[in-house]
Amino acid sequence: MERDDLLVNDSYALNAHHSEEEGIKIRKNIVKVTVLLTILTTIEVLMGIFFKRSETFTWTAIKWTFIIMTLVKAAYIVMVFMHLGDERSNLKRVVLAPYLVFIAYLIFIAITEGFGHLSLFSTFH
Amino acid sequence: MGGEATKAISKEILWGGGRSPFSVTYGKMMMWYFLVSDALTFGGLLTAYGFARAGSEDAWPIGEQVFRALPGLEGEYPLIYVALMTFILIVSSVTMVLAVEAGHRNDQRGVVRWMFATVIGGFIFLGSQAWEWSHFIHGSGGMFLLAEEVTVTDVDGEQFTLNAGDAVYMDHHLGDAVAKWREGDLTVSMHEGHGNVMFVDNGHEIALETLTLNKYVENESAVSGADAMKLWNARSENFAFGANMHDSEYAVQQSYANFFFFITGFHGFHVFSGVIINLIVLIMAVNGVFERRKHYEMVEKVGLYWHFVDLVWVFVFTFFYLI
Repeated sequence: MERDDLLVNDSYALNAHHSEEEGIKIRKNIVKVTVLLTILTTIEVLMGIFFKRSETFTWTAIKWTFIIMTLVKAAYIVMVFMHLGDERSNLKRVVLAPYLVFIAYLIFIAITEGFGHLSLFSTFH
Repeated sequence: MGGEATKAISKEILWGGGRSPFSVTYGKMMMWYFLVSDALTFGGLLTAYGFARAGSEDAWPIGEQVFRALPGLEGEYPLIYVALMTFILIVSSVTMVLAVEAGHRNDQRGVVRWMFATVIGGFIFLGSQAWEWSHFIHGSGGMFLLAEEVTVTDVDGEQFTLNAGDAVYMDHHLGDAVAKWREGDLTVSMHEGHGNVMFVDNGHEIALETLTLNKYVENESAVSGADAMKLWNARSENFAFGANMHDSEYAVQQSYANFFFFITGFHGFHVFSGVIINLIVLIMAVNGVFERRKHYEMVEKVGLYWHFVDLVWVFVFTFFYLI
């Protein structure tokens, strides 16, 4: 059987065997993303320490800021560190599309079942 | 950028068979598929956590109140240790991506150096997690539930009315003595008098001085003196010290500790297997296996897995510790 993991002519490899100059450029980008991830994590931790939890709009806004910062961090890890951004777009879609279904499903389940425990006691008598 | 992934290829050729339509090798594609399914598993766990928390009738512990200790130091450092763990994992993710980059230049020494750094980072993270688990399991003093309604005034003068079933927290030294006393350890004895309760542990006297309310949720407050005795005298038989599979001092409901064990444990298991796989690839790189293959794609594949471990931690950090 022919093995495709031998990478004949490196044709499938992503930026396979790049030169020293290209390497410098790629490493610069890696450092940039590292700094960004570190700054975002630091901001998250400081916000977690200094803002007190409450039922107010401020805390809701902070929660959403956490979620957005997390998604930004995740996007950089997946697109730059995992090189998904450099892959063919059909592979990108195959990897990312399942989560659109997952998120839609979660929203559906939260709306239909989210208050289920409130009717639990009236169900069983 | 010499690979086919960046080249325009007509659809007929791309999907015409005889080649990978994604311009990736079988092994790398399967690694991506595995990661897609594994991420759904973690998504399911974090979703379950969210529903359990939203549906909980009792107060849910918050991250910066539960995780505020540093090894070997007194005092409170909310979330600092978890932030340090996050940073270690990010750094080891960076050394991994540098190993992948060195592999693209067929730089064997670079791959070995950066893979070695990645393995070390992985071990440091595992060690940190072991410490955190140990701290979580031992707890900090323990708690008991009240058997009846009590009204007390805290040291700031605020009045609290507590119901039966509410939790009261002990400080570390008293908690250790109470734990031994409850187990029937003969070296510990208790006596009451002068409006106080004393435990004698191997000749050392420990007095009940301060009890804490709402320790792991908002508005932590301290109660001392006669009011602390009132709380102690209203105790029920329900005590919890640290956390295990059926009791935890962190919350009245058990699901918080269970989710902590399961989510961070499942992630830690991923880190552990990732370190082992990285170690194997490091040994292969040292032995020149990839030099003979003339490409370092295996480093790229294990790199995908390692970055995924970091990615999951980013979400665990937000949804378990921060929010």
